Amino acid sequence: MKRSRIVLSILVAMALLLAACGQATEVPPEPVETEEAAPPEPTVAPPEEPTEVVFERGETLYVSGAAWGPPSTWNPFQPGNLANTTGTIGFLYEVLFAFDPMTGEMTPWLAESGEWTDATTYDLALREGLTWSDGEPLTAADVVFTFELGQQYAALWFSNVWVYLTGVTAVDDTHVQFAFTADPLYQEWANNLYNIPIVPEHLWAGLSEEDITIGANENPIGSGAYLYESHGEDRNVWVRNEAWWGIDVFGTPAPARIVDIRTSSNNVALGMVIKGELDLSNNYLPGVADLSTRGYVSTFFADAPYMLSANTAVLFLNTTKSPMDDPAFRRALAFAINTGDIVNVAYANLVRAANPTGLLPSLSNFVDQDVVDRLGFSYDPAESRSILAAAGYVDVDGDGFVEAPDGSAIALEVTCPFGWTDWMEAISVIANSAQEAGINIQAATPDYGAWNTALQSGTFDMTLNNWANMSNTPWTLYNLLFRHPIQELMQSGNFGRYDNQEIFDLVDALARVPSTDVAGMQAACSAIQELMLTEVPMIPLWYNGLWAQFSNATWTNWPTEESAAATLPTTWSGYWQLGGLQTLINLEPVPAP
Amino acid sequence: MRRYFGRKFLIYGLTFLLAVTIDWLIPRFMPGDPIANMLSRAALNADAAQVLYTYYTHAFRLDLPIWQQYLNFWNALFHGDLGISTYLFPTPVVRVLLRAVPYDIALLLPAILLSWLAGNRFGAFAARTKWLDNTVLPLGYILTATPYMWLGILLAWVLGIVLGLFPIAGAYSFDLSPHLSWRFLSDVVWHWFLPFASLFLVQFGGWAIGMRNMIIYELEADYSHYLEALGSPRRLVRNYAFRNALLPQLSGLALQLGVIVAGALVTEVVFSYPGIGYLLLSAIQNQDYFLVQGCFLFIIIGVLVANFAIDIVYVLVDPRTRKGMTGEKA
Repeated sequence: MKRSRIVLSILVAMALLLAACGQATEVPPEPVETEEAAPPEPTVAPPEEPTEVVFERGETLYVSGAAWGPPSTWNPFQPGNLANTTGTIGFLYEVLFAFDPMTGEMTPWLAESGEWTDATTYDLALREGLTWSDGEPLTAADVVFTFELGQQYAALWFSNVWVYLTGVTAVDDTHVQFAFTADPLYQEWANNLYNIPIVPEHLWAGLSEEDITIGANENPIGSGAYLYESHGEDRNVWVRNEAWWGIDVFGTPAPARIVDIRTSSNNVALGMVIKGELDLSNNYLPGVADLSTRGYVSTFFADAPYMLSANTAVLFLNTTKSPMDDPAFRRALAFAINTGDIVNVAYANLVRAANPTGLLPSLSNFVDQDVVDRLGFSYDPAESRSILAAAGYVDVDGDGFVEAPDGSAIALEVTCPFGWTDWMEAISVIANSAQEAGINIQAATPDYGAWNTALQSGTFDMTLNNWANMSNTPWTLYNLLFRHPIQELMQSGNFGRYDNQEIFDLVDALARVPSTDVAGMQAACSAIQELMLTEVPMIPLWYNGLWAQFSNATWTNWPTEESAAATLPTTWSGYWQLGGLQTLINLEPVPAP
Repeated sequence: MRRYFGRKFLIYGLTFLLAVTIDWLIPRFMPGDPIANMLSRAALNADAAQVLYTYYTHAFRLDLPIWQQYLNFWNALFHGDLGISTYLFPTPVVRVLLRAVPYDIALLLPAILLSWLAGNRFGAFAARTKWLDNTVLPLGYILTATPYMWLGILLAWVLGIVLGLFPIAGAYSFDLSPHLSWRFLSDVVWHWFLPFASLFLVQFGGWAIGMRNMIIYELEADYSHYLEALGSPRRLVRNYAFRNALLPQLSGLALQLGVIVAGALVTEVVFSYPGIGYLLLSAIQNQDYFLVQGCFLFIIIGVLVANFAIDIVYVLVDPRTRKGMTGEKA
């Protein structure tokens, strides 16, 4: 008995010890990295502050909804799903211009001004006194270096600017001249100006191709308002750069520290925002309309749709398959979908129905209302039936669903990834309303991986997609909808493989209209819309929201419809330069009681 | 002795070879393409998409013939290289696992050992004690029949949400940066408690019931009756019975290990506890071949090592096994 007791107590002690070790060993890595992030040239570096280990609530902003996974890279050139760490562009690395989707204007950021001096030359002037956070000056040489990286490495996402860019030269420390071929893509160029992050030549010049294209860029040094502090599996912590050059220009961002949280589920995010533990949640949370009305959380609009519109959810139709290859069938389908139910039921009024052209409200001046009045569509099952009947789609076998003109049965699937609950409800509305109009469509929800493969290789029937961000130009959306040429894998647009050289040429023509020529852009857009609404190669359905619910418990002065110059209340990657950073500058702390 | 362990090593070696091969195969049977997933949502001007796709496919050596990929996998494995995660690109899988494994050990080891020890003690104590048998035992049956995940959700709901005593997600609070202090350590333990408790309770129920039944069986054995007839104190008889009853419980532990690890995986998912389980779920959802392989490899090695440890313990505690081996040697 005695022996077994000794053995037992040893085992218990060992177990506890191991448990303690297990937890303790997890401790060190993160803070160590912050220390390494210390500037290499201490002579000019700002005085280093001791790393705080317990964050002061009143000085810390807790946000969520931007991270897809644990932070794993701070490389500003990492595209797509890899850019897990929001703020890498915006907090850390800065862009030349910002774009305000509320006003449609590009405003200077690192740049002071920029203009086309002639059709093939763009002159850029940088602000004076820009610095990297290690104290080195940020000059024209850094801008030249960054753009030339794109020329050197085809794996960088912006390398394609070199199709029409011929050279970048630093005229002096603050002036850069870009020379173009005879036929520059003005629209894309404007887009690049607020999307390409400028990286420091003095630190990056020595890096290998692998480091630059796919490296994690740990302990990053940027020029922006926040510095990387630490990260864990479920968070990334940013600390304010007290020596930021922009404090004099834009003002001081209110939070001294930003903790970007990856919540494990939407319910956790909801609970945290209601309790005031989370200041801003950019997750899609069903039922927020109700909570907002009752005052538990705040939203941009006090009433429906509560959220700003961020992008357009488009139903892509696989035009290589029958009957989606028939414009009459596609048009009938557009009339058969009950968009009202998607908005009111699936989303409980958190979104708005889309304009048939698919353009966001912020780009509504590019919508040709005359074309929409003539060729637009809305939910109208009777109209849908009559189009079907006129085109020869009739119910031959009496099962309630129409057959193709050649008599073959029609059985189609509409898909979205499993787990995307809002879209899952939306496609069930699509399937149900189509069935009521006599078109046999069933909803299916494969895994994200399987869905993505079907999307890119074109094996789906019809599916939802929304991969065009808020933009300065309608070209961004049309570039998604009518991407060309048609390749084996369509990775970033035209998933339905709609093959029509006429519309491709129109989109290319739009890309070449100078951004200042609004009338020219409008003319190009209405030509595209005329053809798009005649052919209906895909169906824009609703605008996905810029999901944002915030708490006024610790921070106030969030942008709302009543704000004088509202900015975007978002932490999503790629939105800091669309007003997201300005939102942080505008925040005000709630005085401690 | 040598023959006993020689045979064990051979069996473990074969199991490892087979398990790792299956581990390599399974992710590749999943529909979808990891590189395409990795690059999806690169919604910017992605004319470079094709270039990037080829670039990454090559970087991950996914453009090689499948048999070559398999050989490369083994080759890399013996060099301690598990590849690079596509989900947490560009972090090496080994580093991702090293960050997660401490959490698993912190959960599994105390839960397995403490529940086994406490469950056996309690079961032995409860056997033939009428009021305990009648009241606590049904509870044991309920506990052991409860799926880990379900108990986890129940605990999270009652102790976390209704009573607000414990956090329901994460490994430490969001307002803390990892450091050595009482505040941080107690916060870690506070977050650790619920996932630990849901693992502990389910297993505790199982061991308690097993031991209770074994003790009753042993008390009916001839040697127990003989001891009793000699007038030995009840305590002594029960001690002998307990020692004999421990042996089947030990083999039971070896058999249960796989189930327990699987239970820990779902428990981690429930509590968003950043161990292998939570990682594995994300890895599968993102078709991260390399991370899925790495997670399973950890599980395979863990279960094999634990089984081997139990084999050794068995030799130590069971005189019959020991005798058999020395007998062969002599």
